[in-house]
Amino acid sequence: MTGLEEFYEILKDPVDYGRKLKGESRRKIVGYFCSYTPEEIIYAAGAHPFRLFGTGEAIHLADAHFQAYCCSLVRGALEGALAGRLEFLDGAIFPHTCDSIQRLSDVWRMNVKGLFHLDVVLPVKLDTESAKTYMSDVLRKFTCDVESRLNITIGKEVMQDAVRVFNRIRGYLGRLYEVKSTYPGIISGSDLHSIIKASMIMDRDRLLEILPGIVTELEREKGPGDETVGKRLVMAGGICNHPDIYRIIEEAGGVVVGDDFCTGSRYFEGTTEIKDDPVAAIAERYMARPPCPAKHTGLFTRADHLVDIVWEKKAQGVVFFFLKFCDPHAFDYPYLKEALDRKGIPSIMLEVEDQLPSEGQLQTRFETFIEML
Amino acid sequence: MSLIQEIFLFFLAGIRKIFLRFKKNKKMKEILAVYYMEAKSTRIGGRKVAWITSGGPVEPLIAMDVIPVYPENHGAMIGASKMGASLCETSESMGYSSDLCSYARSDIACATVNGGPIGGLPRPDMLVCCNNICGTVLKWYEVQARYFNVPLFIFDTPFCHTGFSEEVRRYVRRQLDEYVLFLEEACGKKMDHGRLSNVGKLSLEAQRLWQAVLDTTVNRPAPMSAFDAFYHLALIVTLRGTREAVDYYRQLLERMNDRVARGAGAIPDEKYRLLWDNIPIWHRTRWLSEKFASHNACLVADTYTSAWCGSMKYIDENNFFDSMAEAYTRIYLNIGVDEMACMVLAMVDKYNVDGIVMHSNRSCKPYSLGQYDIAKIVEKERRIPSLILEADMVDERSFSESQVATRIDAFMEMIKASKQ
Repeated sequence: MTGLEEFYEILKDPVDYGRKLKGESRRKIVGYFCSYTPEEIIYAAGAHPFRLFGTGEAIHLADAHFQAYCCSLVRGALEGALAGRLEFLDGAIFPHTCDSIQRLSDVWRMNVKGLFHLDVVLPVKLDTESAKTYMSDVLRKFTCDVESRLNITIGKEVMQDAVRVFNRIRGYLGRLYEVKSTYPGIISGSDLHSIIKASMIMDRDRLLEILPGIVTELEREKGPGDETVGKRLVMAGGICNHPDIYRIIEEAGGVVVGDDFCTGSRYFEGTTEIKDDPVAAIAERYMARPPCPAKHTGLFTRADHLVDIVWEKKAQGVVFFFLKFCDPHAFDYPYLKEALDRKGIPSIMLEVEDQLPSEGQLQTRFETFIEML
Repeated sequence: MSLIQEIFLFFLAGIRKIFLRFKKNKKMKEILAVYYMEAKSTRIGGRKVAWITSGGPVEPLIAMDVIPVYPENHGAMIGASKMGASLCETSESMGYSSDLCSYARSDIACATVNGGPIGGLPRPDMLVCCNNICGTVLKWYEVQARYFNVPLFIFDTPFCHTGFSEEVRRYVRRQLDEYVLFLEEACGKKMDHGRLSNVGKLSLEAQRLWQAVLDTTVNRPAPMSAFDAFYHLALIVTLRGTREAVDYYRQLLERMNDRVARGAGAIPDEKYRLLWDNIPIWHRTRWLSEKFASHNACLVADTYTSAWCGSMKYIDENNFFDSMAEAYTRIYLNIGVDEMACMVLAMVDKYNVDGIVMHSNRSCKPYSLGQYDIAKIVEKERRIPSLILEADMVDERSFSESQVATRIDAFMEMIKASKQ
């Protein structure tokens, strides 16, 4: 669709965008790694939360710090920092999730200089009262840390306003997914991916200037139904950093109508209540949100959630899309697949490193899978 | 005699034989096999069996008469029996990626096929997962909790990148109460806190003795090597908090002191002293031991076996229960790479080593990611070299003997040259 040039422009060179934003807005730019980063707090402190993805470039410098069996997201992020490409960052935030991000934080702290460094060691289990208290405690401590690093005091109203901003963004992204599911042909998968990804990188105020228009226009427009578009699929995994995958799936006769990605629905699901204690409210959203597999909310919650997405989106199959060496996702795969099998939902699994496998190979796999549905 | 004592004595009988190995080497797999066979038979006694992670708080289990069983120990045994590759293949056919932890993969496979050296572990009544060693155990125990359909307690010890904060202390302390409630429910009886306090004292005493045993290797020649420590470790992992563990390590200490007095070394002619880092390559321990000995090099200390007495400084003897919160959170693997490097430097000094051998273990990311930085710090601060061996603790498919041999030879040549 048209009107997305701004998003594509940002994604073409996020680093360049970050530099320019810093120069123009004079705001501090704070890099972060995962969807458990409380962006609201960074925003409330007058800084800009900038999500970091793998580098996409060849890895040399990070090889001196991390073995080859460390995932490309972690190695790529360190490469970017060591190569000086992230010099525009004023700080970096490391929420605790998996063993690799945990060590990335250490190695980054020890080797990357010139910016502040904050860990947010969240609880791993999210289903107990004590974990909930601890989650609030950690976010409160994080707020103090951010305040001291940025030399600012965040008032309650400012924090509540920040919560509203992110609620609005999440709300619009959710509506975008809804409209895609209702009229799968209305926007291509890679266009949708680009909006979501750019929304984690770009100036959030600017995002809220253009996103509502895009969403309402799509909602008004309506579009062709499934028949003309393809077999309905749901994707599941961690980070999806490959817009091309959507085009390849579409060319093979499928269409992605929903996902369980942390660069997708896990990022925007759940609204934060506007409360007297906004930080506690942010903590509550994390406790309730669909979890990353590095967190525990129960033995079957992730499978139940995935099956729910498939049913809700009336999908015919699931594409598991994993980053190689991502342990939490790889551990959950057999049980998630089994849960889908039991419900008669076919699935296919793809494991990628920084780059996608050859397009021809992918095309054949998807065509075979989609024909079977 | 209590069942736990029985298991212990059986275990001890095996261990004693190794002990004599200083002459005659009985393989660890046989000893561990005896232990697990016994643990399996304890079900007859009507006791509950808990599977627990190696870094988990075992003392409350001992105080509740629950038999602790260690899947990681089982993984080590599978590795030592060279059954790792085939079990890992089984788990891969179940859908588990070959990049995952081989302890987890082989244990998960064992549970379903009752395979491995002892035909699988005794069935658990409950699972206790403490994530102070890694995030992998969380996923592994979730798999087993679904498979065995038994309650799972997650003891969540937030990672200490740069210290230990008050909110972490409160959170972990509260979980100790939750843990006790979990055990009371699972066992249908109340915790005897007086007994737990005694178990705590015994645990601390065993840890002190274990540290003292490890410290005997400051002597030249070292009376034992890290390879011996890998064997003797079993009790401090599985049965700390029992009188038997205390007795065992007291005797072991006496023997080591005796060896020191006699000048008996672990290897015939100790010329070079090395420090081992990471979990052993279980399927090649003997080969490695002999390989280094052939260069007159003794691995006199390691970061692995010392982890079970490394957080003693946080234990309050008179308030064991409360102090478990900090002691179990601040263990070696749950701290930042820079703090680990400081501990390695302290070991380099204490044991007076000439080099470090690091096992870059594909299976263990929290242990292995960061090793390159530690190696650089040690090289810079103490001017001693490191050798990094790419391998896996259980899955022998990622081990190339000839390549490793060449690298060890080259490393030893360098050490020899630097010592001249």
